[in-house]
Amino acid sequence: MIETIATSGLILNEPLLWEKGRKGRSGFSLPRRDVETSPMDPALTGEGPDFPDLSEVDVVRHYTRLSTWNFGVDTGMYPLGSCTMKYNPKTNERQASLPGFSRSHPLLPEKLSQGALELMFKLERYLAEITGMEAVSLQPAAGAHGELAGMLLIHAYHKGKGSQRSKIIIPDTAHGTNPASAALCGYRPVPVNSNENGILSAETIAAVMDEETAGIMVTNPNTLGLFEENIKEIAEVVHAKDGLIYCDGANMNAVMGIVDMMEIGIDVLHLNLHKTFSTPHGGGGPGSGPVCVNKTLEPFLPIPRIVSENGHYALSEDFPQSIGKLDTFHGHFGVMVKAYSYIMSMGAEGLKKASQLAVLNANYIKEKLKGVFHLPYDRPCMHECVFTDKNQAANKITTLEMAKRLMDYGFHPPTVYFPLVVQGAIMIEPTETESKEDIDRFIDALQHIAQEAKENPQILKEAPNRCKVKRLDETAAARKPCLAG
Amino acid sequence: MRYLPHTKEEINAMLQTVGVDTLEDLFSTIPSSCCCRMGLNLPEPLTEWELNAHMDTLTAKMAVSPEYKVFMGAGSYEHYTPVAATYLLSRSEFVTSYTPYQPEMSQGTLQAIYEYQTLASRLMGMEVATASHYDGSTALAEALLMAIRITRKKRVAVSKLIHPLHRRVVQTYFDPTGYEVIELPYLENGKTDLAMLEELEGLAAVAVQSPNFFGCVEDLKSVGEKSHAGGSLFIVSFTEALAYGLLKNPGSQGADIVCGEGQSLGLPRSFGGPGLGVLGSLTKYMRNLPGRLIGRTQDKEGKDGFVLTLATREQHIRREKATSNICTNNSHCALSAAVYMASLGGTGFRELSQLNHDKAEYLKNELAKAGFVIPFDSPTFNEFVVKFPGGFAAKYNGLLDKKIVAGLPVETYYPELKDHYLLCATETMSKEDMDELVREVLK
Repeated sequence: MIETIATSGLILNEPLLWEKGRKGRSGFSLPRRDVETSPMDPALTGEGPDFPDLSEVDVVRHYTRLSTWNFGVDTGMYPLGSCTMKYNPKTNERQASLPGFSRSHPLLPEKLSQGALELMFKLERYLAEITGMEAVSLQPAAGAHGELAGMLLIHAYHKGKGSQRSKIIIPDTAHGTNPASAALCGYRPVPVNSNENGILSAETIAAVMDEETAGIMVTNPNTLGLFEENIKEIAEVVHAKDGLIYCDGANMNAVMGIVDMMEIGIDVLHLNLHKTFSTPHGGGGPGSGPVCVNKTLEPFLPIPRIVSENGHYALSEDFPQSIGKLDTFHGHFGVMVKAYSYIMSMGAEGLKKASQLAVLNANYIKEKLKGVFHLPYDRPCMHECVFTDKNQAANKITTLEMAKRLMDYGFHPPTVYFPLVVQGAIMIEPTETESKEDIDRFIDALQHIAQEAKENPQILKEAPNRCKVKRLDETAAARKPCLAG
Repeated sequence: MRYLPHTKEEINAMLQTVGVDTLEDLFSTIPSSCCCRMGLNLPEPLTEWELNAHMDTLTAKMAVSPEYKVFMGAGSYEHYTPVAATYLLSRSEFVTSYTPYQPEMSQGTLQAIYEYQTLASRLMGMEVATASHYDGSTALAEALLMAIRITRKKRVAVSKLIHPLHRRVVQTYFDPTGYEVIELPYLENGKTDLAMLEELEGLAAVAVQSPNFFGCVEDLKSVGEKSHAGGSLFIVSFTEALAYGLLKNPGSQGADIVCGEGQSLGLPRSFGGPGLGVLGSLTKYMRNLPGRLIGRTQDKEGKDGFVLTLATREQHIRREKATSNICTNNSHCALSAAVYMASLGGTGFRELSQLNHDKAEYLKNELAKAGFVIPFDSPTFNEFVVKFPGGFAAKYNGLLDKKIVAGLPVETYYPELKDHYLLCATETMSKEDMDELVREVLK
């Protein structure tokens, strides 16, 4: 093994919360009581929840130790394909936690919440500008929620025309959330295959597009990291039968300031602020998944919408064709603040540069590793590149084993076994915030792993060796679920 | 730009490896008809100094405590979060990690969320809880869809005293499905009217919120019995999780599924989001739950560990047949709730819950003493409805200038309730604050 950034240090064990603590401890300072106790009707009162009683030190050590068992972008390179694990600027955290934002009640009268409304109004405008679309709603709470919003918009569009449709075209490279979101609107997915170049052909779409089909869900760039070059022709085919084009914008990080989504025929697109716009993933959320639309779909956007008149910002429900509300209040405002801060810090040139460097990093990795790993589509990629484990098959080494071994070298593994169209996929998205030396180190690690696959495959089968735990028994976890202690 | 580490020399070296001359050349596979945009029309980039100043200007236009006294709950509550909790939650190993798809490197998140699932289950009196949903409204929509999957019936009955905005989200989710939502009216005592249930057939679920939107505690046991007698599941939702420190939990009253908004559990209100969708059920419905679940297992050396589990319910495996489309959830918010619940402990949670009740009772009694009408006489937790004299709206607006927000006008959501206001007092309101409110509304 080469000299790596990974090493083993002192990791402390930590029991489950309720295995610690003693009855009567507390980690909370109650305010001084200035009103009398007012007993609640005993018929309604219970005993209170069975939580462990812990001191403040108990709690602080517990979570500090747990945190050291995790790996984040701040720890090291996290090249998880389709997830855009870029650096999360710390200044954004400061802005979101300013009391004026963090303490604000969502139902405050408009004149008392002008700051938040102004920020949301402007963020909508900036996202419209970045995508090329005409109107935006910030309500969707995450990517899949944005997809659902998009499907509801398309559903409302056809309903408004009095001709509800039953199907939706979904390519074989799509994220699993696409068909699941479409199913919530009652659409039956019509699967279509990508061509030998890993992209869609207009002819394939023409063969299935009919007047029962609401449209198509495309991801562009797609999950193979390739730009859908025929998108304009595809849009023409779908539009000709009054279908609409939904674009999963999970991969927008490749094309900021480069592709105008409306110009290429997109009717509705969702963004992931927790990918492209640098807000942290938080171990699985909260995200934010705004939808961006053209004029055709604007009347259907969720309400309330933010409107502006003479420098005053207001919430308006006066959109009779709207699909309604998608979450209780205005969406994940705290996440929006971070995305807004990011855009304000980067500016137009900075965002374009970010996309260019994301694409440069991915192409560099592709070139450096294509002799080592099988590259199913050997052509210029966008922000991510997809290899397979075909070259390692002779040594009976799989993608999973190489992914686990990467941990021993101090890297988070790439996305594995996705997209489904590539057997044993290894999907690498470095993002623009990784420096050349970190990327070289990553490439080095993968080259060594490929070497180990030939010379010492056993070490891969046992990996990881430097984490808190060894490989976990996921089958047993699902067979006899233990979901609470 | 400080987030972009590449030097000019590095860019050139990398371009050379790739075999192109310029950064623009990297995009050569994009047809010229799709490429390439001229400059985006965005504001000039700000330095960190300028950004701070800009954000300070925006936040100055917001009305928040301690400058303002905001007696408004209605699904978003002001509670104090211990500073220790805030510090722990900023640990970047938690903040900057992804969904724990690689468990060996994510045991911190996995154990913490397993513990959250456990504490949330105990709070609701359920046997399992999911790893989180977006907020209380989407948790409710998902709970109702779950009941439809389990019972294979196509209509649900939902109390009109479930948060009106939660019900609107349910409507959005239900519109394209063809499933029917029937609203149960409310009684003069501020509780749900169950009379309709006798006649309704084929209900997948009956859903009530407790404490409900008027702050009143529902008679859950009797709603549960009536739902079960009619062959439907019993769903309880909530917006103020802290109430279960004092009140009987929904599970003990016969609930099959419990869902709600967990913002009260240590999350800032943050203009309404991100919050925390809490959702739990009995074990027998576990395989119908939407969203992620974390389970306990062992590694190959027999050491305890945690993994994402029962993934065959989920979209990345089942695609259109999944129990939900949810992928990214509100994991860090669930972590916040866990840290908060751990900080309070059972004893502290109970005491804080009692204090919330006492504060609101004090305010309610003072308003009643001052001659204002408390229209619903059912017990309440930390918010309640008061009826002010006709034309109070002008006074309400006048109080805004005095930096007092005298609750939420209920008429916005229940047009029949003119001059009714929903007032909330948590542990953050002092006796002095409440006395001042009473004085001001009397003026």
